[in-house]
Amino acid sequence: MIKHLSKFLGGLFGNWFKKKGDIKLGLYGPPNGGKTTLANKICVDWIGEEMGAVSSIAHETREIQIKEEIKIKSGNKELTFNLVDTPGIATKIDFEDFIKAGIKEKEAKQRAKEGTKGIIDSIKWLDDMDAVIVVLDSTLDPYSQVNITIIGNLQARNIPVLIAANKVDLKKSDIKKVESAFPQYRVVGMSAKYGNNIDNFYKALFKLVD
Amino acid sequence: MGLTLQLIPHSEIENLSPLTRIHKLLKMAKENKIVVLEGRLKKEEEAELIRVTMEEIDDDFKGIEMSVIYPKPTDGGIMGKVKSNLANILLGERVGLTIIGPATIVKEIKQDPNKIQLLTKEASKKKRKKR
Repeated sequence: MIKHLSKFLGGLFGNWFKKKGDIKLGLYGPPNGGKTTLANKICVDWIGEEMGAVSSIAHETREIQIKEEIKIKSGNKELTFNLVDTPGIATKIDFEDFIKAGIKEKEAKQRAKEGTKGIIDSIKWLDDMDAVIVVLDSTLDPYSQVNITIIGNLQARNIPVLIAANKVDLKKSDIKKVESAFPQYRVVGMSAKYGNNIDNFYKALFKLVD
Repeated sequence: MGLTLQLIPHSEIENLSPLTRIHKLLKMAKENKIVVLEGRLKKEEEAELIRVTMEEIDDDFKGIEMSVIYPKPTDGGIMGKVKSNLANILLGERVGLTIIGPATIVKEIKQDPNKIQLLTKEASKKKRKKR
């Protein structure tokens, strides 16, 4: 009860004192959706440097990464936010999958251990987000329970959501399927890797945070 | 090796605290049972289930597969929508079905809006792993 009351009051009065640059914009999604690739694209476009390493092996990002005070512009508008790249959320981590991907056993076990901690942190950070971009691989079935749980939790917390249907450069990409899975949210098809449709993504980002 | 399905009526968990009900479900999954729960967890509880699952992962327990199915309010036209909303108001989290299984047994749960396909790991692969 006290928690709910404090959250309500925080939401009511907190924004009065919040500077525009204090906005925490989170990148959430399952592993390998392209969160860090998108974070890098945003950072390179607006501050000229990358945010983190990317890999085809899942759980490359195992710690929360933050880039502060990113300023983006669209026409006359300017938006400043802190970009928070989170580890991909999953319901399972098997170190043997990393071994199959060519990582040695000791390192694979360490990666799995760090991966579980990363997921715990991602979930803990949900409460701190002001807006979230959910990054989904548009070549995969969007009806996964992890996707539904992430989006359901953001909805339950009244956090504004934009869905980035990533990897539109690939043949299997199906944006309409993503749209029909989550009709309550704006879906922008894009390729974080090659920059396809990135301008529309930035426009949608302004609408999300404004 | 046979599969064990553990059916849990909603009445068995409704009076438990969120954390107790999560631990109860996870304990069964760790015992290599596939849990079929009447109804569904709250969204925050689903996230909490993932969080607690991550804390439990070790060399033997690799996590869970989970899927929730419940009628969408948009199914079945206007009358369907009314019925579904009414059911949600009256029954709350009792509506729907939740399946939770250990990742070592359940490879994938494919979920379309109205059906669940549970794919188990091939027996041959498991035999190879045991050697």
